[in-house]
Amino acid sequence: MEATTQAHDDAPTRVPRMNDSVSAPALSFNGVSMVYPDGTHALSETTFDVRPGEFVTVVGPSGCGKSTLLKIASGLHDPTTGSVTVDRKKVGYVFQDATLLQWRNVQRNVELLAELAGVPKAERAQRATDAIQMVGLGGFERKYPKQLSGGMKMRASLARTLVLGPSVFLFDEPFGAVDEITRERLNDEVISLFDRQRFAALFITHSISEAVFLSTKVMVMSARPGRIVAEYDIPFDYPRVPDLRFEPEFAHICGEISHALRGAHT
Amino acid sequence: MSDLHNPYIVPGEDAGEVEHHILDAAPPTPKAKFEWSTVFGPLALFIVFMGLWQYMHESGLRTFFDKPGFLVPSPVTVINESFMRSRPRGKLLTGLQWTAFVAFIGLAITIVVGMALATIMARAKWAERAVYPYLVALQAMPVLAIVPVIAAVFGYGLGPRIFVCVMISIFPVASNTLFGLLSVDKGQHDLFTLSGASRLTRLFKLQFPSAMPAIFTGFRISAGLSVIGAVVGEQFFRQGSKPGIGIVIEEYRQKIRFPQIYGGLVLVAALGIAVFLLFGWLTKVVVGHWHESTR
Repeated sequence: MEATTQAHDDAPTRVPRMNDSVSAPALSFNGVSMVYPDGTHALSETTFDVRPGEFVTVVGPSGCGKSTLLKIASGLHDPTTGSVTVDRKKVGYVFQDATLLQWRNVQRNVELLAELAGVPKAERAQRATDAIQMVGLGGFERKYPKQLSGGMKMRASLARTLVLGPSVFLFDEPFGAVDEITRERLNDEVISLFDRQRFAALFITHSISEAVFLSTKVMVMSARPGRIVAEYDIPFDYPRVPDLRFEPEFAHICGEISHALRGAHT
Repeated sequence: MSDLHNPYIVPGEDAGEVEHHILDAAPPTPKAKFEWSTVFGPLALFIVFMGLWQYMHESGLRTFFDKPGFLVPSPVTVINESFMRSRPRGKLLTGLQWTAFVAFIGLAITIVVGMALATIMARAKWAERAVYPYLVALQAMPVLAIVPVIAAVFGYGLGPRIFVCVMISIFPVASNTLFGLLSVDKGQHDLFTLSGASRLTRLFKLQFPSAMPAIFTGFRISAGLSVIGAVVGEQFFRQGSKPGIGIVIEEYRQKIRFPQIYGGLVLVAALGIAVFLLFGWLTKVVVGHWHESTR
């Protein structure tokens, strides 16, 4: 297997993926640019789609406007030009920090989004219990955030996002603050969720190996203004086992992306 | 449980039985432990203080300041003259009751009005710009200077006394509540924005809970000030029909009865400590189980 590389400037040719019935994109960026009021040109003419069952990761140097992509996708920011097509009700946002409410225990934190959406009490309690089990936090329902480790907090945050059953996941560098080993465990968790639910995912990170391990496609972004300069289809099948990280093929793709990133940086 | 060498999710495993491995440890829960220093420290200082007091009475005042010892009656005299005889004890305790009453009502009004003002200021920047300078001015002003004016206009009843108490104690509640409401984590705000939460929902489910530690700190400071406000205000409302302890102390001062003055001071101090402990305990009950540092 060879990673398929394309320069992004010409029309992107899509490589057919597993059981590709060419479903409609769940999230699409159409010529999106973003200039912040302070003059920062964060994003320039960005166009791409994320289809159901696609896990797209954006890597790039810090401050290249990666997070801006998600802020626009979720509707937190409006783009300066261009547009985003997505069903906002189906979007689940996993924040950079766990952003748990410190005064609520795990159970009540996980219930929060359902509560705000007006889901009846009994039902949201049940959904939260399921989500907590799904991320491996069973037994910690009554704990408060201050009693949890960094990894556990991220698990709770993941569970909170799962409760409304989103079909588009936006991950904003969610595991940047945890240690390497915990990060790999959380990646295993995300992979197994993705494998079961086949949502559409847009994931932001600056870790190349995390990007390659999780994704069906990795996009490389340049800095100021942020532009997608290269994209790589990742050929490995799901479910992905952790030892995949030690395959030569895996290292090879990481190497290519690393080169592309260095090119993007200068 | 799989063996240690392959602690990973195995391909093809039943989705319902995925194993999870949480490796980073949760922070330990600190156990409430009895420490001698919590008793020993205050006790030692109390003994030293009592000793010094007794010494000042017996010879210290004479030696250092060339003043008669009766200006500082000995602790035993204070207790005997103030609390062992029923007449002064009755007067002092009734006074303390009225003072506590004024302080309590004043504090209740302070909390309601202070939090309401803070909520309005937190919701509209223009309201903050309009109101806050006056709160700061009120804080900086020697309220006592206008107490006689207030007395002249509103009379000597409980109402004006409560009013003075509120003026003296309102700033900490208002400013701490405002600070708490405005210091909510930005990510948490984004979370509520994405959920399409209304402003009221945001206020009650995010801002107020998040502000609770700051608000309770404000309560604790204001509670102490409300006692001060009640006592000090009274000294200017001498003709009051329901004499608080400030007035009782003032009467004893005019009669030059020093033991009862000190007895009154001891009672006011005890009231202050009681209020402080009460709010410390309340804070612990309300936010202690989730807030990082509650003291």
